[in-house]
Amino acid sequence: MAVVSRGFGARRRESDPRLPPGQYLTEDFPVLSAGPTPRIEQDEWRFGIRTEGGDAVSWTWDEFMALPIEDVHTDIHCVTRWSKLGTSWRGVSLDTLLDTVDTDAEYAMAHSYGGYTTNVPLEDLLGGKAWVAFEFEGEPLDPEHGGPARLLVPHLYFWKSAKWVRGLTLMADDEPGFWEQNGYNMHGDPWTEERYW
Amino acid sequence: MTVGGWRPGRVVEAISATRSARILRLEVPGWPGNDAGQHVDIRLTAEDGYQAVRSYSLGSYGASETVELAVDEIPDGEVSPYLVEDVLPGDELEVKGPLGGYFVWRPGGEAPVQLIAGGSGIVPMMAMVRAATDAGAAAAVRLLYSVRTPEDAIYRDELELRAGDGGVGLTWRYTRAAPDGWPDVVGRVDDELLRTAVWAPDRQPIVYVCGPTGFVEHVADALVGLGHASARIRTERFGGA
Ligand SMILES: Cc1cc2nc3c(=O)[nH]c(=O)nc-3n(C[C@H](O)[C@H](O)[C@H](O)COP(=O)(O)OP(=O)(O)OC[C@H]3O[C@@H](n4cnc5c(N)ncnc54)[C@H](O)[C@@H]3O)c2cc1C
Repeated sequence: MAVVSRGFGARRRESDPRLPPGQYLTEDFPVLSAGPTPRIEQDEWRFGIRTEGGDAVSWTWDEFMALPIEDVHTDIHCVTRWSKLGTSWRGVSLDTLLDTVDTDAEYAMAHSYGGYTTNVPLEDLLGGKAWVAFEFEGEPLDPEHGGPARLLVPHLYFWKSAKWVRGLTLMADDEPGFWEQNGYNMHGDPWTEERYW
Repeated sequence: MTVGGWRPGRVVEAISATRSARILRLEVPGWPGNDAGQHVDIRLTAEDGYQAVRSYSLGSYGASETVELAVDEIPDGEVSPYLVEDVLPGDELEVKGPLGGYFVWRPGGEAPVQLIAGGSGIVPMMAMVRAATDAGAAAAVRLLYSVRTPEDAIYRDELELRAGDGGVGLTWRYTRAAPDGWPDVVGRVDDELLRTAVWAPDRQPIVYVCGPTGFVEHVADALVGLGHASARIRTERFGGA
């Protein structure tokens, strides 16, 4: 039984069935990261994938832009409890990117410029569920939101959508990334509130 | 690090800190203790079952079943006006934590330490200042605290006390109005201030920056521009502008 807080509830926010439990709606786009915002120019940017066997592929910005680009409309959910509904992005599907490698791995570690890491099961990256996104609401992605490009895995809490992403390493076994080593859940499903360990 | 479930917490003290902020002390039976800089989630439940949760930093640290929050009221907010205006000693709410293993400082930890706070961003810094002075490490710690006016400073008296006599280095920056005869500039934290009031980059300080998002973005960018290593700057963003 939850403890009732006397007199609370006067200024309650509207609820919405599109909101996972414990989330509230925000109209702005909060910024959360563990350190300063890295500034990466498009022509220095690379995106690479390294398999568990050590094979590697990588794309420059121009090569990346030549890949099939998808429009994505989705809700996003931050573990700090804000959600944003109906956001629009453009990016390259992880299906397209992972199609180029031969792997039996079940997990990936996303690596970012600036040193951030986060682990994501491969099945959460495949099947039209994840992108490397470089546009938000019709504009190039701002550096503070992860530009030039970030991972977008909208069905998981947003810390999995690594900003300033530079690549994936594929792994046979799961390993914790940055926030996962600091108390956050290995998976991060907002609908079952997989927030912490 | 394992975070437990929701624990009941009882408000044992509610003290006005500024025109818009209140310090709350909560008794949380079974609280495991916390490091300076960690935060909690606070869950409020209305009589009809409606719930809201927000994060609040802990101003307290160490092993005690009483924890301290300091909440600044966001006028159009849902939770902060309740915590600042309505809640009274004896009232109950729920606490989950301690949370966060990154924006923390432990006695004996890295030095020198530079703390840069804007507004309610002082709360985790207060815990670090308390931890450092209690451990006799105050001389390695500097704090730069940006507030609108002197009346808006949470923990003003305790900070002055802990800064006295070879304690923590304390620099105030007033962004709107300063005390009469104030010798320094009134305005936002700028490069000049970050050069003079902050440990120089060649001392390789570990820097903690906390406050509203816009403040943290600006300060962290400026520090990198002045030669501080990104990897030695830790940030905590409270939301809002
Ligand atoms: C890790 C962490 C620690 C925090 N520690 C503290 C703390 O020690 N003391 C404290 O007072 N707050 C702290 N906060 C902020 C706190 O969690 C709430 O966001 C804040 O109290 C507003 O909640 P609300 O329900 O009143 O407003 P909401 O109903 O959530 O929001 C109302 C409006 O206020 C804006 N807003 C939200 N937060 C802020 C803010 N901090 N400043 C300005 N505008 C804002 C929103 O964008 C929105 O437009 C912390 C946040 C985080 C993530």
